[in-house]
Amino acid sequence: MRKVKAGRFFVYVFLIIASFLSLFPFYWMFVMATRPSAAYNSMPPTMTPGTQLVENFQKVLDKIPFFGAMLNTLILCLVVTLVVLLISSLAGFAFAKFKFPGKNVLFVAILLTMVIPPQLGLIPQYFLVAEFGLLDTLIGAMVIFFLNPLGIFLMRQYISQSVSDELIEAAKLDGCSNFRIFCSIVLPIILPAFATLGIIVFTATWGEFLWQFTVLRDPDMYTIQVALSSMNTTSNVDFGMLLSGVFWATIPLVIVFLMFNKLFISSITEGSVK
Amino acid sequence: MKRSRKYRSEETKDKISAYLYISPFFIIFAIIGLYPAIFSIFLAFQKWNGLGEMEFVGLQNFSVVLQDPTFWKSLYNTIIMGILGTAPQIIVGIILAFILNQAFLKFRNTFRAMIFLPYITSMVAVALVFGVFFSSNETALANYTLQLFGIDPVNWKTSEWGAKIAISIMVFWRWIGYNTIIYLAGLQSIPKDLYEAARIDGANVFQQLRYITIPLLKPFIILTVFFSTVGALQLFTEPTVFLGSSAFSRTEAMTVVMYLYRDAFSLQSFGTGSATAVILLAIIVIASAVNTYLSSGIRKRKKGMRT
Repeated sequence: MRKVKAGRFFVYVFLIIASFLSLFPFYWMFVMATRPSAAYNSMPPTMTPGTQLVENFQKVLDKIPFFGAMLNTLILCLVVTLVVLLISSLAGFAFAKFKFPGKNVLFVAILLTMVIPPQLGLIPQYFLVAEFGLLDTLIGAMVIFFLNPLGIFLMRQYISQSVSDELIEAAKLDGCSNFRIFCSIVLPIILPAFATLGIIVFTATWGEFLWQFTVLRDPDMYTIQVALSSMNTTSNVDFGMLLSGVFWATIPLVIVFLMFNKLFISSITEGSVK
Repeated sequence: MKRSRKYRSEETKDKISAYLYISPFFIIFAIIGLYPAIFSIFLAFQKWNGLGEMEFVGLQNFSVVLQDPTFWKSLYNTIIMGILGTAPQIIVGIILAFILNQAFLKFRNTFRAMIFLPYITSMVAVALVFGVFFSSNETALANYTLQLFGIDPVNWKTSEWGAKIAISIMVFWRWIGYNTIIYLAGLQSIPKDLYEAARIDGANVFQQLRYITIPLLKPFIILTVFFSTVGALQLFTEPTVFLGSSAFSRTEAMTVVMYLYRDAFSLQSFGTGSATAVILLAIIVIASAVNTYLSSGIRKRKKGMRT
């Protein structure tokens, strides 16, 4: 019995250490965001919050268009998410409930596109976007994310499990068109899957960097990731300002996550394990 | 008669609808997926500065890249950081998931959420925070911690191993929660009475891990090994943002994608950049096939040993 108790004790110690290591960078980021840059040189290192929270953020606002970049990112992520949801649910509906020649081949083809690494097409994609005059535009910065084979896969799974064939047959007998069936029968049923896929796509798009870093050169069009990274390009950077920017860009996500953490975690798991 | 015609037209309508519904993906894929991929392969055989005429040069771009020591250095860096950043995640992730799956555990959801939290931060944010944490002066938190253990301060951004270790740590920190919840989902699919039976037979925790958890978790391990391999070979954001202004001028932590990016967008050598992209594709396909094969062999080898 004592052995079991000792084992449990170590389990909690291990988990507390792991949680501490997970959370510490967030806390430390907050500390640095409230301290002048000079605090960074103190020995031993500062571990308590200071009073410069507003001043440091003011420096961020002077250096980068913070709110503009947040807004750009929000618009970009929302549009990408909506487009992916629409494309995926329509295609998923077709693959789950229709019979047509080449269905299996086309479905496998979609899954195979997942294997192509995004960097393979990076250079031609850049010239393609440039050709259409879309460099330094949000459309240019979002267009490559419309492709999401995983979304079609998830939607097909979900629709074939949760939308019954009888329901569709009945609607057809009532004279509903296929598109009408999609809008008024399929869509309401698959809303939970929209939440799952939406969270996956939104989070992934929010963190994207390479593509936006390549096509966005005008600071007014920066996404928040490009804007944050642009603060770090001089060698003598003000750490208080830098981490203030990171802190304020991260905190909205943390709040949303803490509010919906179960939904978040189950979405990410479903997206990978299905 | 009338009825069958109606059925036939219904079927045709369904086919048209289906093709219509799947067409957006294929149209977008053709324009921004397939065409660029093919064009990349075409460009790998051309000499092009992005503005003038293209000139066919055969395999010259490939030989330029493959004879460039910097390419091999960047491939070496990518592999080392890939192993350091992802391999420990498998072990720690399984242990964390195993613990989180224990029936007696209180605050399970809280612990799970905390361990998962780093995953929702962006790679840029992680690289910037760890960039300050691992900055090169003696008072930097990482160096201060080392000094507590009597170790000399490290130049994290310019030393060969310092840069690699710092970047591997941030990769580990951000992804460990992700792998843990994948393993946790796997563990939850293992029936509890298997453990019960093992315990009655006198199996200790390590034997349970070895003979029940790991074999039944195999599909999930294969999945994470596949994702980790592909992700590690595409490493770009963390080193680029971590190193800041010196990202493309030093080679301690340059990765293959950074090498590709530098060729194309700093040096305007789009032919060799595309050749690098094609080489990267080959490396990713081979490495993910090999790693997936190796990780799916875990149990088979053990079985072979026992019999």
